[in-house]
Amino acid sequence: MRSELQESDKGDSHRRHQRGRLKRKRCIEAFEKNYEAILSREESMRDVAVIGVGMNRWGELWEKSMRDIFVEAALAAIDDAGVDHIESMYVGCMTSGLFVGQEHLGSLMADYLGVASIPATRVESACASGGVALRLGFLEVASGMSDIVLVGGVEKMTDVSGGEATYALSTAADQEYEDYQGITFPGLYAMMAHRHMYDYGTTREQLAQVAVKNHQHGSMNPLAQYPFKVTVEAVLNSVLVADPLRILDCSPITDGAAAVILCPVEMARKMSTKPMVQIIGSGQATDTIALHSRKDLTWLSATAMASERAFQMAGVGPSDLQLAEVHDCFTIAEICVIEALGLVEKGQGGKAAESGLTALGGKIPVNTSGGLKAKGHPVGATGVAQAIEIVKQLRGDAGERQVEGARLGLSQNMGGTGGSTAVHIFRRG
Amino acid sequence: MSTSARYWREIPQRYRLEAGKCKKCSRIAFPPRLVCPSCSSREFETVRLPDTGTVLTYTVIRVAPTPFSDEAPYAVAVVELKGGTRLTAQIADCPLDSIKIGQNVKVEFRRIRDEGQAGIICYGYKCVPIVS
Ligand SMILES: [Zn+2]
Repeated sequence: MRSELQESDKGDSHRRHQRGRLKRKRCIEAFEKNYEAILSREESMRDVAVIGVGMNRWGELWEKSMRDIFVEAALAAIDDAGVDHIESMYVGCMTSGLFVGQEHLGSLMADYLGVASIPATRVESACASGGVALRLGFLEVASGMSDIVLVGGVEKMTDVSGGEATYALSTAADQEYEDYQGITFPGLYAMMAHRHMYDYGTTREQLAQVAVKNHQHGSMNPLAQYPFKVTVEAVLNSVLVADPLRILDCSPITDGAAAVILCPVEMARKMSTKPMVQIIGSGQATDTIALHSRKDLTWLSATAMASERAFQMAGVGPSDLQLAEVHDCFTIAEICVIEALGLVEKGQGGKAAESGLTALGGKIPVNTSGGLKAKGHPVGATGVAQAIEIVKQLRGDAGERQVEGARLGLSQNMGGTGGSTAVHIFRRG
Repeated sequence: MSTSARYWREIPQRYRLEAGKCKKCSRIAFPPRLVCPSCSSREFETVRLPDTGTVLTYTVIRVAPTPFSDEAPYAVAVVELKGGTRLTAQIADCPLDSIKIGQNVKVEFRRIRDEGQAGIICYGYKCVPIVS
């Protein structure tokens, strides 16, 4: 009976997958039809460079306020860029209201950065807030509206109890039809994990391998919250959070901020002495907010669409990349994301960490920073910190964890269970 | 956080599994929507969802959010009801290690939780295994 069920269900899953592919193909065709119009629009856009990055050590920063954490990162980025002013800023933040009872971050952060008067905009897209903020900063410079723009992200998560933090994060799911039933974020990703294991034979050990790899990478990142190494056994013996996910499958609760400075490439060539890093592709997409509404429970269609758009804009493909920073809020997330980005075939994500494909020294190193898993996950800051890792790698500044000859890198940042995603592609030179 | 007004609004869905059926393409939207995600039609009729379905995936929550901290551990699943509508629901009345993908379940009306500050008891749907 069980095997019959499995067989017919796998048939369904296959048909659903085919339908999903068709739908995606139609979307891409529609996109391509408009592509000439988009190209001509893009021709009128300015090329955008990242000329400064700023980030301090992440962790449980009890002695520091949210505003100080943000301003420290912003000042570091301004110093790194060597600029004497900024014209506009974006602040990615998911839910400072629930974490520290503070909204209105545009005003607060501009004020404490000493630049009150400039336009400053807080951006929220759950855990993709930082990535979406980066896209808005990119668009503002590309459009010609501003020359020097700061994009930062921040989250102060350890002022509340674990239960309150779990609740705050759960507001990224459907409050009325997911959260009401008692589901949590680890729980939602755990359900994706069970289904991925069922559909593709992904193993519990393969999930653990993602954590092992990212902690190995994170052990070489002095800014990481948890720069220690873990073993497969340690992951498998850690406390269960939501079956089959254990605590070492989960990214931590973190205080932290990150910031970058963007300007037109022409201006960067004149004023920056650092190796040039450009943003050559930006894509953003959405999917249903509730996991249960998706035809295929393990296919991240917003990630697939956002990356398709970013790859089109950049004129490159997945096989051209030398590294990627992806949203590994849970081990299963990295597995599903690398499939949706086209770095591996659908269903093959589980084998990637196990085989070393996505490790430093492998064909496509993923999360050299340690990822959300080891570096930490102050949700609003994550998307900006991913950009910082790519910039450091492309500048050749990544120290022990440097990817040799890195020229092209991608960052992927998603909100909720993948209901929103921002993807950026960066090039050296 | 008080959710009393919201709770009252959602009673038709929570208590009676009321959904919207698109008059143009017959797609069923649960909860009801104003626009059909398949054909963009804005005309719906109210229908009641079937009360049996299959577990598509599941988990056991060990670390619960604040409103459910006294309930853990408990099982939550994505269930596909007959006819294809999907929802997230707890699986009750069975050992937590007995739940399987593909298992048949029946939707029942149950107590979900107490609402902290307003003090009301919140009800809704949970699923229980169908024993053959
Ligand atoms: Zn319709």
